[in-house]
Amino acid sequence: MPMTITEKILAAHADKGEVRPGELITCRLDMLMGNDITAPIAIKEFEKAGAASVFEPDRLAIVLSHFVPAKDIKSADQCRIARDFAKKHRLKYFFDEGRGGIEHILLPQEGLVVPGDIVLGADSHSCTYGGLGCFGTGVGSTDLAAAMITGETWFKVPESMKFHFYGRLAPWSSAKDLILYAIGQIGVDGATYRAMEFTGEVVERLPVDQRLTLCNMAIEAGGKSGIVAADEITLEYVKPRAKRPWALYKSDPDAAYHSVYEWDAGKIGLQVACPYSPDNVKPLEEVVGIEVDQVFIGSCTNARMEDLRIAARIMRGKKVAPYVRCIVIPATHQVFQEALKEGLIEVFSEAGCAISEATCGPCLGGYNGVLGAEEVCLSTSNRNFPGRMGHPKAKVYLASPAVAAATAVTGKITHPEEVARETEA
Amino acid sequence: MNLYGKAWKFGDNVDTDQIIPARYLVTSDPEELGKHCLEDAEPEFAKKVRIGDVLVGLRNFGCGSSREHAPISIKAVGVSAVIAKSFARIFYRNSINLGLPLFETDAAERIEQGDDLELNPATGEIKNLTKGERYQAQPLPEFAREIMAAGGLMKYVAKKKGLGRGVGRGA
Ligand code: SF4
Repeated sequence: MPMTITEKILAAHADKGEVRPGELITCRLDMLMGNDITAPIAIKEFEKAGAASVFEPDRLAIVLSHFVPAKDIKSADQCRIARDFAKKHRLKYFFDEGRGGIEHILLPQEGLVVPGDIVLGADSHSCTYGGLGCFGTGVGSTDLAAAMITGETWFKVPESMKFHFYGRLAPWSSAKDLILYAIGQIGVDGATYRAMEFTGEVVERLPVDQRLTLCNMAIEAGGKSGIVAADEITLEYVKPRAKRPWALYKSDPDAAYHSVYEWDAGKIGLQVACPYSPDNVKPLEEVVGIEVDQVFIGSCTNARMEDLRIAARIMRGKKVAPYVRCIVIPATHQVFQEALKEGLIEVFSEAGCAISEATCGPCLGGYNGVLGAEEVCLSTSNRNFPGRMGHPKAKVYLASPAVAAATAVTGKITHPEEVARETEA
Repeated sequence: MNLYGKAWKFGDNVDTDQIIPARYLVTSDPEELGKHCLEDAEPEFAKKVRIGDVLVGLRNFGCGSSREHAPISIKAVGVSAVIAKSFARIFYRNSINLGLPLFETDAAERIEQGDDLELNPATGEIKNLTKGERYQAQPLPEFAREIMAAGGLMKYVAKKKGLGRGVGRGA
């Protein structure tokens, strides 16, 4: 029977020749992940159940990312639970501030997820890993706790939806625009319980950083996972860092899909998700000119080198607009270091941006850039529900790093071309 | 065992940030989380809700983050079940794992704020005592019912793995 890439990966981990959508199966897991919010609950459950050891300690990564460096006493205590557990169980893959970063950028960067894997992360954006051609999905803490004991979990095999992008990316547009467009088309529950598979010549040309961005927001359409089949570009990224062997899968040409969307990427252009939902997506042209109080360039969606390079290209020699603030948070410590070496940090600093060590911070209204009532923010992150970045009346617009950088310079939502023209003149 | 309670009606896309805002995620203490349940959607909710009351949403209830703090705070504040037209995947999974009964049915639209409800989690039957109507929700898959019957996923796993006597990867 022909199968999709997702079905093939699930079947292989369930030791079955084939699986069909709707089937309940138990799968072996290659990598587990918990963060400073979800791991403490999982650890409590793990210990309450009387478990003595993690099934394979090298298959569990704990990443402190949301409230680090600790924002207050309570978050310090949560981190301590995770840190003590890591020490006790001699976890090799424990990442504290200063050496880690946001989990969904960190795990691929460290070679801890590889093509063909099943990765279970106690964080909804664990779908990001699919950018490397694996099955990554988000669960809650209790699922993580159970998997820490057994090394396996149950799945209902999802139906797959295919999103095929042909043609060429429009000028200035990126994976962020493609995924915002897709979410705008199908809605925030348009892919609930399903796998989103991204294909087409446009996707095949995207660098790994952008494939991760594409899959990162699958959850914003309700998706169980997002996936881009691994190819030469993937392997170039994976080979020097992989900590485990990988396996390559691709969908059979006659595999069955719940639905197939085919879009000409050249017609998509720059996209912005408006308050208060990631599916309230409009072409940039319709929102140009809206004044902002804050710009945030960060999060697991858009804070890798690719993202910072494009933002710096636009901001070079420019200043953040008066009465506006711009916060730049490279996604991992390593990205921070690379950005430092390439001179990007200097560009942002000269422009008057506030720059910090890797953290989720403002993305979830945690700290380091929380919004007050009625404030308007343009953010490169992934969610803009009421209260996501602070006060429930604050308004968040989601867009790409290029749009964010241009907006920081002018203080209102701006097409990057407008600012870049002057920068590069 | 049937559940009785009054309906608290919400709309589409009640996301986990509205159920328990991220600013309270610095703790995992259920009582503390319960105090802030649905604070951004209905500021007085945690004060006014009575033990046994039922949340009723429309489409995509529980979307957003994977935080288990959401169903934990809902349970801790005394809510006995959630009814919605559809649930977000991770919220659905978390609720089963924690033993919070969910009822998925389009009839969620028929239910209004303050309606008296009687629910049967085993069969998925909902009686609207105020309106004198009956609705049938999708019954939970058998696998999920087993987890709920065991008292949640951890008890289910502990039993299956014979925990307390040392565990390793499944034989
Ligand atoms: S950056 Fe935002 S979306 Fe990503 S893991 Fe952190 S809080 Fe979640």
